[in-house]
Amino acid sequence: MSAELIFKPITELASLLAEGKVSSVELMRAHVARTRAVDPRLQAFNSFDEADALSQAAASDGRRAAGASRGPLDGIPVGMKDVISVAGQPLTASSRMLANYVSPYDATVTRRLREAGAIIWGRLNLDEFAMGSSTENSATRTTGNPWDLTRVPGGSSGGSAAAVAAGEAAAALGSDTGGSIRQPAALCGVVGLKPTYGLVSRYGLIAFASSLDQIGPFARSVEDTAITLGAIAGHDPLDSTSLRNPIPDYRAGLDRPGATWKLGIAREYFAEGLDPEVAAAVERAVDHYRSIGCEIREVSLPHTKYAVGAYYIIATAECSSNLSRYDGVRYGHRSAEAADAVDLYFKSRAEGFGAEVKRRIILGTYVLSSGYYDAYYLRAQKVRTLIRRDFLNAFREVDAILTPTSPTAAFRKGERAADPLAMYLSDIYTIGVNLAGLPGISVPCGFTRGRLPIGLQIIGKPFGEADMLAIARAYERDHAWSAQHPEMNGA
Amino acid sequence: MSRPADLDIDHVARLARISLSEEEKAAFSGQLGDVLAYIALLKEVDVSGVEPTAHAFPVENVWAEDVAQPGLPVEAALRNAPARRDNLFAVPKVVE
Amino acid sequence: MNYEAVIGLEVHVQVRTASKMFTRVAAGFGAPENSLTDPVVLALPGALPVMNREALNQVVKAGLMLGCAIAPVCKWDRKNYFYPDSPKNYQISQYDNPICVGGSVEIELPGASRNVMGAHRAVALTRIHLEEDVGKLTHGAGGSLIDFNRAGTPLMEIVSEPDLRSADEAFAYLTALKTIMIYGGISDCDMEKGQMRCDANVSIRPVGATALGTKVELKNLNSISFVRAGIAHEIRRQVSVVERGGAIVQETRDYDGQTGASQSLRSKEMAHDYRYFPDPDLMPVRVDEAWKARIRAGCPELPFDKQRRFLSEYQVPYTITSVLVPDRALSDFFEEAARLSGKPQAAGNWIANDLLRELGRAGIPLGASRVRPAHVAGLVKLVEAGAIPGPAAREVFAAMMETGEAPEVIVDRRGLRAGTDAGELEQWCREALAGDARSVADFKAGKDSAINAFKGPVMRAAKGKANPKLVDETLRRLLRDA
Ligand SMILES: [Mg+2]
Ligand SMILES: [Zn+2]
Repeated sequence: MSAELIFKPITELASLLAEGKVSSVELMRAHVARTRAVDPRLQAFNSFDEADALSQAAASDGRRAAGASRGPLDGIPVGMKDVISVAGQPLTASSRMLANYVSPYDATVTRRLREAGAIIWGRLNLDEFAMGSSTENSATRTTGNPWDLTRVPGGSSGGSAAAVAAGEAAAALGSDTGGSIRQPAALCGVVGLKPTYGLVSRYGLIAFASSLDQIGPFARSVEDTAITLGAIAGHDPLDSTSLRNPIPDYRAGLDRPGATWKLGIAREYFAEGLDPEVAAAVERAVDHYRSIGCEIREVSLPHTKYAVGAYYIIATAECSSNLSRYDGVRYGHRSAEAADAVDLYFKSRAEGFGAEVKRRIILGTYVLSSGYYDAYYLRAQKVRTLIRRDFLNAFREVDAILTPTSPTAAFRKGERAADPLAMYLSDIYTIGVNLAGLPGISVPCGFTRGRLPIGLQIIGKPFGEADMLAIARAYERDHAWSAQHPEMNGA
Repeated sequence: MSRPADLDIDHVARLARISLSEEEKAAFSGQLGDVLAYIALLKEVDVSGVEPTAHAFPVENVWAEDVAQPGLPVEAALRNAPARRDNLFAVPKVVE
Repeated sequence: MNYEAVIGLEVHVQVRTASKMFTRVAAGFGAPENSLTDPVVLALPGALPVMNREALNQVVKAGLMLGCAIAPVCKWDRKNYFYPDSPKNYQISQYDNPICVGGSVEIELPGASRNVMGAHRAVALTRIHLEEDVGKLTHGAGGSLIDFNRAGTPLMEIVSEPDLRSADEAFAYLTALKTIMIYGGISDCDMEKGQMRCDANVSIRPVGATALGTKVELKNLNSISFVRAGIAHEIRRQVSVVERGGAIVQETRDYDGQTGASQSLRSKEMAHDYRYFPDPDLMPVRVDEAWKARIRAGCPELPFDKQRRFLSEYQVPYTITSVLVPDRALSDFFEEAARLSGKPQAAGNWIANDLLRELGRAGIPLGASRVRPAHVAGLVKLVEAGAIPGPAAREVFAAMMETGEAPEVIVDRRGLRAGTDAGELEQWCREALAGDARSVADFKAGKDSAINAFKGPVMRAAKGKANPKLVDETLRRLLRDA
């Protein structure tokens, strides 16, 4: 039984659980077995607590037996990117800095998943402090791409994407600051959704860039993504940037047979650097929409080429300040060499942070420093206004915008490690969405000749997750990409 | 790789409280030089009269009522402390 | 050459709230070490700030009381600097958009003597902003220890213009500011508990010059008296440096109130670069007219306004109002006693002299006093009505302090009531007049003091229990008719 369970969608697992054909404990055991079997090669998990997961599963079975099941996620294992707090569990951000840190509290998304009955399952690898696009910046391990272990899973939520793709978790949460959910989803061939800024609480998420970060779900189908998003979305009084918009039933609005939309194509997103195989796959997806009656319009996002620059100013500025708290005083790595308190900062932070984190802190400190603020930070915030305005103008014409998620499929490990700028440009199609605070989803839209997944990005209107998911579903319904699973034979 | 004209890496690393090795300084200077050269693209944007965006969807007066709630038990507060004395966090001497 | 000092003060005042500025764990003084923390206070990974509405109310109130303009919209900024008592290594503060702008603090300069009111003037404020406090560091031999209970307490920074000219003015400014904060219920301003802290920027210049001299920042001035002494010391130091031909260097100095000396803080810190930027975790604040009106309705009368009212409305002398007014509860106590008795001056005397002296002697705060305004009013009325003589009134007051009984009850039980039988008193007076015809003639001839000759015999007849005022009145009436 267990081998067949691991790739089933949440919707189907929920039925099996409801009908008593499988228990949550069995389901959890199947995922533990799968993880034990593949993770030594895949390296998606920083850690997992089998006993804790099984006891959550037993509690779920108890609820179901008592007729008190909490819905479709009750008893389903959901993996957590290791930047989301889970009370009593390690929280490392894949950094030496937090190697021994245990969080004393639940993030709001963790609490909400528990309330939905989900099993909080494992701590998933990432680029240290969510800074990167390949998960190679992790201080704990190098995660592989389940479709080709010599390649990266994308990042920064590479562990989350890989775990879902490889059947180690039915769904997972990641965080997306500049594409860190959508890009690894595309590279691993799963669905990944970045919500509108303010839809999902950031309380308990280790901050990278506060004005851009959002937590969102990974799953193997659009419907599973809708279910998971529904569980975590909603206003939270503990996050001042969380908004009060009503949360619709994303799953109920998913299938709208015969519905058509006006969809935008931005010329700026099909520019140089885009791999021809990726371009072709996305164009086939666009053709599909046309074939089901959608109107395809060209829209202009003229400030697109400034997005990466504005992003790297804003994100690094915010991170330089957000990461100041990691000083070895109250928690975290403390250098054994420090002569005094000031020395303690210099040495603890030098030893605790990896190269990319240091690089970004340095850049962010520089752009905020005396004499440079106006030229960099303030100007970037103004450019951000223009980028946001571009999108809002486009949304007067169209319901959503279709783009490639990533300019290329999964690249080889080490390929871009020495060239930060090349790595930053991996996020060229996803970053604008964060700057504008918009929702975006990546859905699988085919494979390269080398059998690497390709992702289609659908960008929605602010708080337009329901439409965005329905549009994604209208593609997915006719394309069985998510029925294909990686064999995990490589390397 | 291009070295940035006015990035004083020693000064910035000092502000950031990170000691960098000579190799790191050299590598970062070059890499950040590339990034800054790329970022310089932003200078061509006409931002006159454009308001900065601090929040994508700003709302005002997000606050809580002033009602005290329980915090962390002392042991939980100190659980991750690298060093403590009794119920206080301990650090090497602060030199004023 | 004569020099004048130019002084600006930066005062940090802890705002009184139940919970902290950006999280809801309790704020307070004296709790066990590190027992008032939570993920936000300790800056644990993932924690986020949520502002305290009451702290904003309190600062708006302070601004309105001090005549500041309240910014219609303000925001939060991060001030980035590393220090072990600062959990996030940035402080959430307000940089270019403080909540209160301008305004002033009315001060009273020392008068010619303690009994004479000094000159008043307004000291201009630059701004008031809201921020959060840091934890408490103690330095020991082996290292330093940190208690984060204080971290995150709402803190108001009140910045004056360089508008003060002497140590006495600085003293008067802090005294006035403290009184206003306590009046408004904004802070208790207990400097010993660190609820009010002051840094001073001091420079000197030749009298008549308009340019500012190089300023020196004085830190760790931890009582109002130390502020005065520290500034006075710094002015003398600067004058002597300049007079010896030296130059003032811009620096931060630490004044030791115990030794009366100051020393330069050789800061290991590099040059400050706080890298302020808007805090992306917090949304802006808009203070509309309705909010301001609501707060304004709850603002108390300012202390010096109240003093002027006491002087004119009640004709209570400065020596009394200067005692009553600085304490809001005491001045309320007085107004109640004045209203109930209809005799503000007498009530003021009893309160400012006897009541305060007795409370002080017994070490009892006003709030715990058994003597309430109605007691004072009752006593005043008894004396005014001639029902008890002066010495007896003191005895009644002491008994009220002890028992909290009404003065009438005490008077009756102790038999202190004056011979109030008017017929009896009149009879004694008639007998006295009859017994001294010569003095009657003297009085009638215009020698007013002759009346005193009758008082002794009357008092003897009354065994000392007659009200002197009543005796005087009765004698005059009878003399007029005689
Ligand atoms: Mg600190
Ligand atoms: Zn301050």
